[in-house]
Amino acid sequence: MTDATAPLATEGRIESLAERQRRRWRMIIALRLIVFVLFVGGWELGVRAGWLDSFFFGQPSAIVDKLIDWIRNGTSIGPLWKQVWVTIYEAGAGFVIGSVLGVLCGITLGRNQLLSDVFSIYIKIANSIPRIVMGSIFIVALGLGSPSKIALAVVMVFFVVFGNAFQGVREADKNLIANARILGASDWQVTRAVILPSALSWILASLHVSFGFALIGAIVGEFLGAREGMGLLIASAQGSFDSNGVFAAMIVIAVVALCAEWILTTIEKRLLTWRPEVSAAGE
Amino acid sequence: MSAATAVALKNVARRFVTPGGDVLSALENFDLTVAPGEFCAIVGPTGCGKSTTLGLVSGLAQPQGGTVTLFDAPVTGVDRRVGFVFQQDAVFPWRDVLGNVMAGPLFRGVPRAKAEAEARDWIARVGLTGFEQHHPHQLSGGMRKRVALAQTFINKPEVLLMDEPFSALDVQTRELMQEELLSLWTQSGAAVLFVTHDLDEAILLADRVAVLTTRPARVKSVHTIDLPRPRNIATLRYDERFVAIARRLSDDLRDEVLRARREATA
Ligand SMILES: Nc1ncnc2c1ncn2[C@@H]1O[C@H](COP(=O)(O)OP(=O)(O)O)[C@@H](O)[C@H]1O
Ligand SMILES: [Mg+2]
Repeated sequence: MTDATAPLATEGRIESLAERQRRRWRMIIALRLIVFVLFVGGWELGVRAGWLDSFFFGQPSAIVDKLIDWIRNGTSIGPLWKQVWVTIYEAGAGFVIGSVLGVLCGITLGRNQLLSDVFSIYIKIANSIPRIVMGSIFIVALGLGSPSKIALAVVMVFFVVFGNAFQGVREADKNLIANARILGASDWQVTRAVILPSALSWILASLHVSFGFALIGAIVGEFLGAREGMGLLIASAQGSFDSNGVFAAMIVIAVVALCAEWILTTIEKRLLTWRPEVSAAGE
Repeated sequence: MSAATAVALKNVARRFVTPGGDVLSALENFDLTVAPGEFCAIVGPTGCGKSTTLGLVSGLAQPQGGTVTLFDAPVTGVDRRVGFVFQQDAVFPWRDVLGNVMAGPLFRGVPRAKAEAEARDWIARVGLTGFEQHHPHQLSGGMRKRVALAQTFINKPEVLLMDEPFSALDVQTRELMQEELLSLWTQSGAAVLFVTHDLDEAILLADRVAVLTTRPARVKSVHTIDLPRPRNIATLRYDERFVAIARRLSDDLRDEVLRARREATA
């Protein structure tokens, strides 16, 4: 092979590689669509043919009708957007408060051996209490309004974020800490310049999971007792044996969760630009 | 610099409690002095206590016995006059080259604009101009070491501690870095305590080489390296004076390793 032809040959190969990847990607999208159509179509057909009882399993077309009805005429407990907003507000507030508390406590205990030795036992005990049960306590204590749901979401989020922040601090590279101290960093500067950045990827990973938990906390709280929200909507659909209503509410919640997930991923990418290419996860 | 010694360890002991509850003696009766501006190398068998020694001088760790002094004053904590280049990469992976090099001045309260100007100057001095915005994972091992050198030298250390800084580099890069270090050190006038397990490296760089015993480490012997400066790293190792010193030191070190093995099997 001569020098002149070499670059041409590699260029051609790269192009065909990119082309092959594009083709594979199109195929995957097509396969996903096929799976979706088979599943939803099979469900719809199953109900129409009488193999599945629509009373228990609902029916895709009826679920879509239900959603359209909710959007146009509102739900049995008020306008749909209001219920969605209430749940987002409760989950969001619980998520923010729980994560901030989790990060603060995780870093404080991670940095202080005495505090962590004293409190670790209580955190283990608190963590072993089934958190959903605390929803009942919060409703008794804080009433039917938003605060009880926010409290439940906070509790759901706190332990996950706390655990990860604590672990992230403990995993911080001892060499980097030593280097920062030699370079002249005070304790607070070490925390800011070394501990926080190294714990950040742990914390961000926990935030992904914990928005889901916050949503569960808010919805379960509403389910247990509320005047509005997606949880109450599900409870009232359940009360009237309206399985299509339950499914429709599930879809709305899934859309909210996916949007939150997308926002968190975007933030994470922004914050972790310094890292070597994380295997670009296909999405 | 009126102090007689830059670094002095007198009768120092450093012991660890192992997870099993035993006491492990890393250093016992350890004596060593380094004069201001002197380049002193420490060689010794692996695991004998070389890194432990540097830890005590840096103030990151405290001895259980004896005294460690910097310019005749006892070490009580991390000292602003000390610089430390670590064996493993210790540059901050989430900061770019500029951010890494200006870290020291910023920690020490230098205004940002001044710190940045100084950092750019040091980046140029270690030959990394154009890489200011690169993150450590985008650099080669040798370039990361250059960042570490700039990061350390920007603080104008009077005592420079180096723990096998070039051991992870390939031979050619190591030689370049050794030359670079000698030129930076000559300009800075700092006293250097340089740990290595590479005898040749110790002889090529140092004014004096201290050979340590196996654990618990003491200074077994100190060899004065009277090779003229400035030294040419690339050609010096073929000089017959170098060869003679290397033979003497290597015999000394081999004696120590053999003695330790006899004691271990006896
Ligand atoms: N934090 C520690 N806890 C317990 N043992 C340690 C600790 N640091 C070092 N040691 C032990 O002290 C000895 C000397 O270690 P070190 O100074 O790192 O050796 P080297 O000469 O290879 O740098 C080793 O046997 C090591 O296992
Ligand atoms: Mg070592």
